[in-house]
Amino acid sequence: PRVPAVLKKRLVKLVVNFLFYFRTDEAEPIGALLLERCRITKEEENVFSISFIEEPERKYCFECATEEQCQEWVEALKRASYEFLRRSLIFYRNEIQKMTGKDPLEQYGISEEARFQLGAHRQ
Amino acid sequence: MKLNERSVAHYATCDSPADHAGFLRKRVERHHHHAHHHGTSYQRRWFVLKGNLLFYFEERESREPVGLVVLEGCTVELCEAAEEFAFAIRFDDAGARAYVLVADGQAAMEAWVKALSRASFDYMRLVVRELEKQLEEACKSLAACRKSPQRSSSSGRKRHLSNPALLPLQEKPTTLENGYSTWGSGGCVASGATCTDYDGGQMKPPPLPPRRRSGAGSTTGSPAPGLSPAMLESPASPEMICFSKLHNWYGQEIAVLRREWQERQKRGHP
Repeated sequence: PRVPAVLKKRLVKLVVNFLFYFRTDEAEPIGALLLERCRITKEEENVFSISFIEEPERKYCFECATEEQCQEWVEALKRASYEFLRRSLIFYRNEIQKMTGKDPLEQYGISEEARFQLGAHRQ
Repeated sequence: MKLNERSVAHYATCDSPADHAGFLRKRVERHHHHAHHHGTSYQRRWFVLKGNLLFYFEERESREPVGLVVLEGCTVELCEAAEEFAFAIRFDDAGARAYVLVADGQAAMEAWVKALSRASFDYMRLVVRELEKQLEEACKSLAACRKSPQRSSSSGRKRHLSNPALLPLQEKPTTLENGYSTWGSGGCVASGATCTDYDGGQMKPPPLPPRRRSGAGSTTGSPAPGLSPAMLESPASPEMICFSKLHNWYGQEIAVLRREWQERQKRGHP
């Protein structure tokens, strides 16, 4: 029989594209995960995991109190990366441009920036 | 404080294009009080901006960054320094150190200040939410336009909406894994990584960014075992302290500084 991994109780906070974790009685985090180039996977009941592109076999597992909470976390974390936001921005910009003929980024003065161009982050 | 250092370094050096990059001179912030050393010195570093993260490397070819600045809750401003073309990144959290950087010239300085002031995740989120609303409104106009041809209150935008095949936007979420796939690429971002079963070649709408909810997971007496979902509202919050810890943590900077100082000592510099 496999020895189960130790689960430690942690307070976890998602702040922009970082997941901080704390011991429940402390104000300062003991660690953080940068959530770029990662995959969020729903595992068994109440459990999800985070793994990173360059180390896909290494999973950071989290067990939630309820399945509902687990789903909430999975959804939130999938949208937590800056790269995801960037893709959303490019997508909306393109759609709006198609529909209205206008570039919505002009008002922000950022329409020329390379990072917002369609296809900017294709390899 | 732990960090998924390998992933962070990988993100910094991987081939996804940087939002901005270049050499800058960084003022050295000395915490120790050398008895005979009160001057300021600068170190030339290779800086790479990706998203809301500003990495700096000892050399352009270095394989790992020696430092990291998280650009949240900060302002970027020109600064009064003895150096020309200097600017500073300052944080709302008073305890966090500021970064004084010096560019090579006026154009470089302006480009950096512009890039850095718009680099925060919060800024992106704001823009995305705004565009989301605009798209919704454009869809509604389109729908209304198709129902009543005599509609006159809209702007001249309607003239472009002549394509009857324009379908209403699907709001159904598609899962785009963080960094695993890009739209239209039909495949993987990183070579050797497992590919998602994402349908390449067609733009699908991303899941709508979640509305901000007020944080529920404070450290005071929350009985939830395991996790407390907490998405935080205000940028000027205690969580900014977490970021300055990250800045200070990146310990390799200390090793490099120490080595450089020792080398200067050997050469007999003051």
